[in-house]
Formats: sequence, C-alpha cells, structure tokens
Amino acid sequence: MPRPVAVVAFAQTEHSGEDRGMAEIEILAPVITEIKERTGQKQFGFTCSGSCDYLAGAPFAFVSALDAIGAWPPISESHVEMDAAWALYEAWVKLQHGDIDTALVYGFGKSSQGNLRAVLTQQLDPYHLAPLGIDAVSLAALQARAYMERSGAKEDDLRAVAARSREAGRGNPFALHLPEPEGDDYDVAPLHPYDVAPVTDGAAAIVLAAGDRARDMCERPAWITGIDHRTEPHAPGVRDLSRSDSARVAGERAGATGIEVAELHAQYTHEELILREALGLGEDTAVNPSGGPLSANPMMAAGLIRIGEAAARVHDGSASRVLGHASSGPCLQQNLVCVLSGENHG
Amino acid sequence: MANRCAIIGVGQTAYKTKRLDVSMAGLLREAARRALEDAQLTWKDIDAVVVGKAPDLFEGVMMPETFLAEALGAAGKPVMRVHTAGSVGGSTAIVAAGLIQGGVHDRVLTIAWEKQSESNATWALTVNSPFTTSLVVGAGGYFAPHIRAYMRRSGAPDHIGTLVAVKDRQNALKNPWAHLKIPGISREMVESTPMLWEPIRYLETCPSSDGACAMVLASEDAAKKAPAPPAWVHGTAMRSEPMQFAGRDTVSPQGGKDAAADVYRQAGISDPRRELDCAEVYVPFSWYEPMWLENLGFCGESEGWKLTEAGATAMDGDIPWNPSGGVLSSNPIGASGMIRFAEAALQVRGQAGEHQVDGARRALGHAYGGGAQFFAMWIVGSDKP
Repeated sequence: MPRPVAVVAFAQTEHSGEDRGMAEIEILAPVITEIKERTGQKQFGFTCSGSCDYLAGAPFAFVSALDAIGAWPPISESHVEMDAAWALYEAWVKLQHGDIDTALVYGFGKSSQGNLRAVLTQQLDPYHLAPLGIDAVSLAALQARAYMERSGAKEDDLRAVAARSREAGRGNPFALHLPEPEGDDYDVAPLHPYDVAPVTDGAAAIVLAAGDRARDMCERPAWITGIDHRTEPHAPGVRDLSRSDSARVAGERAGATGIEVAELHAQYTHEELILREALGLGEDTAVNPSGGPLSANPMMAAGLIRIGEAAARVHDGSASRVLGHASSGPCLQQNLVCVLSGENHG
Repeated sequence: MANRCAIIGVGQTAYKTKRLDVSMAGLLREAARRALEDAQLTWKDIDAVVVGKAPDLFEGVMMPETFLAEALGAAGKPVMRVHTAGSVGGSTAIVAAGLIQGGVHDRVLTIAWEKQSESNATWALTVNSPFTTSLVVGAGGYFAPHIRAYMRRSGAPDHIGTLVAVKDRQNALKNPWAHLKIPGISREMVESTPMLWEPIRYLETCPSSDGACAMVLASEDAAKKAPAPPAWVHGTAMRSEPMQFAGRDTVSPQGGKDAAADVYRQAGISDPRRELDCAEVYVPFSWYEPMWLENLGFCGESEGWKLTEAGATAMDGDIPWNPSGGVLSSNPIGASGMIRFAEAALQVRGQAGEHQVDGARRALGHAYGGGAQFFAMWIVGSDKP
C-alpha cells in the first residue's frame, strides 16, 4: 500500500504565445514565489524539475533555474530532462521512502525562442529518422491519418475537439485566448492549424505532501491514488499509431476508472480521441475543461499542468475523482497517468 | 522506513576515445547486457529503466531516451531520464534505487552513458545562453580558478596535483575497462605536458570518452535469487546549491559537505577515513582529490594535500581513492558518476579484479556536477544495512 501523498498546491504562469522578452528563469521565478507564499513553505524535503536544454539551445537550463528558486542552504534536488510530470513522479517515489513529507516540483519552457517543430526533429533517432528532417507535425499527421482510417473519424470530429478546447481556454485566465477554429487550409494534412497546439511559453509548480502534512497544508488535498507511466518503441513503423497502448497500460495500472474530469496532454486534436479510447473515458468524463494543451502548451510544463489542473478541481470541490495525463516523445510514445481523489486517504 | 536495495548486476563497456563500431544504442546495450548477465537475468525480468546522461548537446540528440527505448528493452515499461550535469550518473543510480526503496519495483535497470565522439563536449560546455557571457572555455576553464584558490588557501605545494595524476593512472593500468593506460606514467611525464588552464596540465585533466555503465538494482526478495554476492545500499544523498551566489564557497561547497553528512548519518559512519575501506570519488582534475578529501570530511581543512602526499589514498594506503583509475582515466561524462557508484559496488562485492582493495566491506561512490554545485553520493556495503 503506497504512502498517501497529495497535490496540495498548484501555480502556473499566464502563458504566452509570443516572446515577452523574458529569459526562462524570469518566467519561472514568480511561480516559485507564488507557490512558496501559498503554502507558507520556504524549504521542501525534496525538489525536482523538468526542462529541456534544446528549447534554449544551450546546455544546463535547469542550472540557472536553481539560482531562481533560492536553493540555499543547499537542498535535496534532482532534475529530469522530460516534462515535469515525470519530475512529479520522481518526487512521489521519494515521498514513498517515508523520510520526507513535502516536495516541490516545477517545470518550464520557452518554446518561442526557436522553431519548435524543427527542434523536436532533434528528438528523433539520430541515425535513421532525424536526417530525414521529418518534423513533429508531420509525424502527428501520420498518426492522425492512421487513427482516422481505423476509427472512421472525420476532420470535423477533430475540429470539434479544437472548438471545445479553445472555448474552454477562453474561460481560463492562464491559457491563450484563441478564436473559433476556422479555415480550410492544412498545416500538414489531415491536420489544420487549429489541430496543432500553439507554441507557448510558460511555467508551473506543484507541491506534494504526505499524510497529515497534506491535511495541514490544504483544506481538500488531491490524493494520488495511482500513478504509472509507460513507453512504447520509438520507431513509428513498429507500433500501431492509431492506438496508445502505453496510455492504456498506464491508465489500468493507475486505476483510471470512474473519472469525472480528465486533463489530457493532447498536443493535437486526434491525440485527445486516441487517449480517450485508451483510457476508457466516456461521455460522462469532462475532458480538458482548462482548454488543455490546444489552448496553452508550454513545453516541459504542460504535462505537469494537466496534473495541477485536475488537482485544482479536487481542491475547489467541483470533482472528487480526476485524472492528469502527460506525454513525451513523438506520436504519444510515452504516457504518464496520475489519478487523484478528494476522498480522505491515510 | 525505506525498503532495502541491492546491486546485483554491474556492466561496463570499455572506455575509449571513439567507439566507431557501435551506435549509441549499441553502446548502451553492451553495458546493459553485461549487467543483466552478471545478475543472470534477461530483459523481461526488468520492471523499469532509469537513464542518465549529461547535456543533450553532447551528442546533439534531444531527450535521447525516446529513441533508445527499443535498445533498452523498455517497450511496455516505465522509462525516466535524469539529468543533473556531471553528477548525473550518481543521481541516476539514486533515482533508480529510490524505485526499489520506495517499494515501487523489484528490479530496475539503471544506465548512464556518453558517446562524446559524436560531438564536441568542450564546445557544448562553452555555449552559454544569450543572456550571459561565456568567460571560460570548457570545464577546465571554469574550475582552474577554484583550484588556485584552494592552493593559496591550503598552502599546498605545486606538485600535489601531479601525484594524483600519476596515482590514478597507475591504478587504471589494472582496470580492463579504463580508457587511458599510460605505461611508465611518472611525475616527469605529467610535468612535461602543456599547461591547459593554469594550474591544470594536460595529464592532470580527464579524457573525453565514449562509454556506458549499467547496474541492476533489486529489492531484498529479488536479491535472494542473485547468483553473486550483492552490494547493499547503506545510504544515498543528493544536494544542490545555486551557481551564482555571493556566499558560496566554491572551493569546498556546502552542498558537498551536507550530502556527505547525510549519507554518513544514514550509514552510521562518524569517521569516514577509518570506517570506509575505499572510495570512488569524482576527480576530473587531479587537484580535486585533496579538495574533496576535505569537503567529504576525510580530514580537516587544508589537510587534504597532506593525505595525498603521504600516500594515504594510494592502493596500499589506509584509504584508497579511485582504485579503478577514476575520472582521470575514463570520462564518458554522463556515465562517470555511475562508474564511481558501480565501482564502489564491485569493491564490496569483491569483484573488482586486479584493482580490488583487499577485504573492502564499505565503500563510497561520489559524483559532482555543474559549477561544483550538484552532489550525489552513496555508500554501499557487503552486509545488509
């Protein structure tokens, strides 16, 4: 039986779709200040972050972030070169040891300072795929095509996902406020520009706490009742792109049933449909009421934000069983599922 | 209270300037297979994989754990990628150990690597973000002033760094995996090499290597089935401090002192020099041996160089440091920390071959990174903690 651990606080930036002239740490620093004030904590038992050097085009993005968070006296700290949802997983594991009670998790990314889809090409197999120059949207379009052919979904079904996400995003003060999807032009067919998550700069932070500490810090903690992540092979030719087997397994292992609200890290409209199917989310589950990544997709923080947005529904009492999801790699290669509950645990 | 964690398999590749015979995936697979063979396990026995390496710019591949998933037998499993600069190899092992100690998994493959021949590490370490000016070239350019500060502060004579360079290279001659093997290595040879970053001479710095190191970590139950004696984790610690901070002591960073105190407390050690049998410590520039002797509490301030000079850290000294030849002899950067951790495990398992320290029962593995601001350490023992 895992030790009861909960999300007790969540903070994020007002994300930006364009360069505001701030360095990554300038984007991050106010979020750290806010979450420390909110929790009344200056130090945490463990700190873990997610970021990616390739967004800055220079090594050690996390080093300057450490300067921003005030790591003095020295702190117990680690970093994943992944979305910060995996940093949250590492912190959750650390809290299972039992020798610490709190953890600070944060992620940040400034996608606007490069050409994101070209940058993501450098994530591909460097011997076989990357030299072809295939970009992230083209790979996503292959997946969208495979999904539409198998499921019979039409472009209008994808557009409906974009329309719902953008409408929800306009009601979220932290998301970009994007207009109704329109136009017939393709980005990479069958994907239209509105099927693709916007380039976004932003940061987010979460505080985890265990047992009584969580109850002290939060009126209604969002208890993590299950968390799991899985990967699939990288090569797009050796997996069924129309499905997400890794999301399915992670969902099963995390106990993703009876979900009222799901925040999915779907960076393309068709990914939401694939993930709904993989996670068995029916019509009675509200998906991405925050607007999701299609309304704000700050790289390396967007997955963590899904967990934070889901937890926020528990914190405010509007839901009691929710799910946050994060993905990494091309075509939903890696998936993390975190199930949270408002019912008292431990 | 955390569950016990054992090291039941260790695998290393030969460390070389260039491994043109294998891809990155092939290099990792070589180390991972050796670790699995050591544990007499197969890929399907592994529950999760934790990968570590230093900055992605070292090979020019962003988040390489995605393309490596197949090679690591990871399809269908959890994979994580840790990155804490030069300390990453150690941090990666600690994250993997955490999965066992937290009761999440029974058998975890952890692997760290660098294939530096596919890019240029000194260039990658010199690139700065557009918001700051790079004032140094490579790691040596950054660390040289801190070494000079140590020399001035401690009154150490000029030749101490040379002694470490010779000692570690002599040890490397006994390590089949070591990169630099320099027969007849001597003080004269080191002193005749060019000055790169005053006071660091060419042979007082680490090489640039291709290589990978892997370990299979296991729960207490899983370790019962291991064919060879396991090494047991007696303590782990990570500490980080800011790089830019006026109050920092960059010669003997507080983060290093705190991590050492934490890991000694967990292992029940009050006098590391007496209670540890050997140590694998991250010494990429020779002068970091005396500096870390003090930082890790093996002696008092300004005393480290005296231990080195007296031969205390040599193979036949009372506290051998870097019997494997250390980072000075093999430096695939992302793996270098894990090699320290793995070599400590080999010592307490009695499997270090010709560079075995007789009767070693407790050993320290140590790594540092960034501007000497990230620290990862573990203590392993032949007895259960």
